[in-house]
Amino acid sequence: MLWVDKYRPKTLDKVLIHDDVAQNLKKLVTEQDCPHLLFYGPPGSGKKTLIMALLRQMFGPSADKVKVENKTWKVDAGTRTIDIELTTLLSTHHVEMNPADAGFQDRYVVQEIIKEMAKNRPLDTKGKKSFKVLVLNEVDKLSREAQHSLRRTMEKYSSSCRLILCCNSSSKVTEAVRSRCLNVRISAPTENEIVRVLEFIGKKEGLQLPPGFAARIAEKANRSLRRAILLFETCRVQQYPFTHNQAIPPMDWEEYVSEIASDIMKEQSPKRLFQVRGKLYELLTNCIPPEIILKRLLYELLKKLDSELKHEVSFWAAYYEHRMCLGQKAIFHLEAFVAKFMSIYKGFLIATFG
Amino acid sequence: MAPLLQSSQPWVEKYRPKQVKDVAHQDEVVRVLINTLETTNCPHMLFYGPPGTGKTTTALAIAHQLFGPELYKSRVLELNASDDRGINVVRTKIKDFAAVAVGSARQGGYPCPPYKIIILDEADSMTEDAQNALRRTMETYSKVTRFFFICNYVSRIIEPLASRCAKFRFKPLTEAIMSNRILHICHEEGLNLDSEALSTLSSLSQGDLRRAITYLQSAARLFGSSISSSDLISVSGVIPEEVVQALYSACRSGNFDLADKEVKNVIAEGYPVSLMLTQLFDIVVEADDVSDEQKARICKKLAEADKCLVDGADEYLQLLDVASNTIRALCNLPQEFSYEG
Repeated sequence: MLWVDKYRPKTLDKVLIHDDVAQNLKKLVTEQDCPHLLFYGPPGSGKKTLIMALLRQMFGPSADKVKVENKTWKVDAGTRTIDIELTTLLSTHHVEMNPADAGFQDRYVVQEIIKEMAKNRPLDTKGKKSFKVLVLNEVDKLSREAQHSLRRTMEKYSSSCRLILCCNSSSKVTEAVRSRCLNVRISAPTENEIVRVLEFIGKKEGLQLPPGFAARIAEKANRSLRRAILLFETCRVQQYPFTHNQAIPPMDWEEYVSEIASDIMKEQSPKRLFQVRGKLYELLTNCIPPEIILKRLLYELLKKLDSELKHEVSFWAAYYEHRMCLGQKAIFHLEAFVAKFMSIYKGFLIATFG
Repeated sequence: MAPLLQSSQPWVEKYRPKQVKDVAHQDEVVRVLINTLETTNCPHMLFYGPPGTGKTTTALAIAHQLFGPELYKSRVLELNASDDRGINVVRTKIKDFAAVAVGSARQGGYPCPPYKIIILDEADSMTEDAQNALRRTMETYSKVTRFFFICNYVSRIIEPLASRCAKFRFKPLTEAIMSNRILHICHEEGLNLDSEALSTLSSLSQGDLRRAITYLQSAARLFGSSISSSDLISVSGVIPEEVVQALYSACRSGNFDLADKEVKNVIAEGYPVSLMLTQLFDIVVEADDVSDEQKARICKKLAEADKCLVDGADEYLQLLDVASNTIRALCNLPQEFSYEG
């Protein structure tokens, strides 16, 4: 088992970071009724962990017994019926799914499936928890129509169903949905908090940590706890006992992007652009999301630039990233950014050195 | 449906006014509707205005008061964005409902006029085709059916529909009226709210009563019966003033790397960037030592970034772009780039 899963806190009491949030959540749940919740925060900050712990707190250990079900839903959309296939995780008390997977048909998923699910009220002999919980991931990827239809559904079935929404950025969730939920912001853990977690895991595993080692991992992890723990485990596999100056392996794609960045800095010519295109293609075929490539590339380039160029480059990065999400093929926009950068940089070199 | 637990009902629903005359602050509408109740004569209506000002409440209240609980089901059709409202529904469901003729039989003290009401909530999210299909329907069945359109933006309702209706604008609630309502709820729920928290709540919700009540309920759930203004701020998800100020002063300093660091921090803390833009806008507009031209430059970029965010662009890059533009504006660097090829 990976350490990321092994040391995932199971209950709200055992949560190491965001314990203030956890205590508030606990207070909410113990008072019987629970509002709709919207968790938002950057990746690797612990949203899912908190949600799972919360469910456990609500329903006891039976919330852990989940099964994966691949279900096909028949949705009647006016003149024709649409088959939608969607993977769901269910336990007796909650259902978890990723409605954005249905692509442009997500509207029907939200309207029909949630309605149907919310209508089937759970039978509980003790009558204690008379509602089901529906966990929706990546609500920020839902289309506008789907979010609109979510709002009324939330009000209508609020007696039998609670929604827990989870997303990275709450700007992309419409105001109407946000105002119907209790918003919970989960911030990325600070480096100190990451160090604390790493030391905790080190102790449990019985590892000797040289001083400053955990801090170096935390620095590399970019405030993502998941990444920190994965890095820690990688280091453990690579070499143990840890040495004082052991190298922390960087992600290979990040290396690759930094290579691209230095390629661009060295030479600005159509030939070089062609080589860079090959490298970008390789990154894309390895399923690195294009916006992450662009962000990383900008990060690498900004490190090497004069401050007067930084403004210009960051402007164009924002410009091409926006174009990228409107367009279809990411490679065009990545390449356009590289070409733009080359022309700017060349202009700068000529102006300065003649 | 199972009987609702009293506690699990949102306060927004619990304290929704049941009668037209209880609707706060919208005097013209209330006067016209009370007149309607007496004469049972009613035009098509179009309610528009910002969220949380009582549009849906008014429409539901008038329908209930006209027909009473027994006839309500058969006389009122309520459709909103969560129902499918494409052109098909307009052609079938709405038309069928509109075509049924009804008589007027006074029942149990309710006026029960001889027409039905179709309430189209969130009408601005209807497609243009669907709206067009409604035009003729409205006229043909005007003897037996009245339409109530409810929307936020009157400009999204096509002109032919709007001209067939009596238009009513719902104003944002003033602070006094809002405090009045909030205090009433606090009294009913046994909450303690000091005057500082009350004014914070009014400024946070900006005239949107529903938002104010939702904040109040969330805060009451989390922090118990006595609520301070900082509790309300944490519930509302507003970005703390210090964070926005830190970004702004980083921009003032003219140092790109410093601004970049602040932007990264904002993203890592998980603050929504669209909100950040709004709050940054407030600071910039109110700043005394910034010239009009600089303000204009900054605000233009804020607007562009907001549009990009709506299109789904990356938050970090957009905010960085805004920060870089703000630096250039505040330090009077030229707007045009010098090395653009």
